[in-house]
Amino acid sequence: MDKNIKILIVDDFATMRKVIRNILKQIGFENIVEAEDGAIALRALKSQQIDFVIADWNMPNMTGLELLKAVRADADLAKTPFLMVTAEALQENVIAAVKAGVNNYIVKPFTAETLNEKIVKILGTD
Amino acid sequence: MKAAFINPFLEATVEVLKTMAFVEPTPGKPYLKNDNVAKGDISGIIGLTGDARGSLALSFSEGAILKIVSNMLGEAITDMNGDIKDAVGELTNMVSGVARKKLEAAGYSITAAIPTVVSGRNHSILHVMGGPSIIIPFNTDSGAFVVDVCLARKE
Repeated sequence: MDKNIKILIVDDFATMRKVIRNILKQIGFENIVEAEDGAIALRALKSQQIDFVIADWNMPNMTGLELLKAVRADADLAKTPFLMVTAEALQENVIAAVKAGVNNYIVKPFTAETLNEKIVKILGTD
Repeated sequence: MKAAFINPFLEATVEVLKTMAFVEPTPGKPYLKNDNVAKGDISGIIGLTGDARGSLALSFSEGAILKIVSNMLGEAITDMNGDIKDAVGELTNMVSGVARKKLEAAGYSITAAIPTVVSGRNHSILHVMGGPSIIIPFNTDSGAFVVDVCLARKE
């Protein structure tokens, strides 16, 4: 797995972005950019090469689910791997995210090990 | 408040702090609180609705929260800055999420609002249901904090 891939963290809480960045660093990913909501994330995705998205579900302006739908609907971005972060594993949320084409989801709180597992599952171990 | 409502919050708090901050808090004996004064220096509060209604607050002493957030961020935080406020909101959110999942397993479907954060010595915590609330005290190596919950089954 290429550890130099560019990962976009999308979360309205600066602290949570830092926490995820810190965990990603622990598991060897250092090429990270951040956005504080879905709308800003979408602009970043359109203006630079981003290889992986980790997005929170609950955000103002544009939620994680709306961002996911926008990414899947855009021919240039549609194949971008997308990991959704939620504070609760409500079945209806999971179904909605899967329907919208999410690659996987992770429930807060999570450990570095769990996040790594999810990334490996999406990207493969090559 | 039903005793069955206490354990999900206690377990959720331990789970969140262990996973996100590598801090293992020791719970003390829960007791009833009749006033609005917060036990800590900074508190996150979140409204809960559904099969049960009320609110949950996490109220941290400065020592406890500085250690917790330092561990979460992987860098030493020594003053009560914006990161701390943000983290208290996020921790409140996560404890509510984990507790609600446990309550759902017990047959109570509950949704949560957006957390708000208040700080300053002797600030107020105003519960949605008015009170009284149950305090679950916790201790860490760096200071104390409490979970302050007021939840009633919907009639």
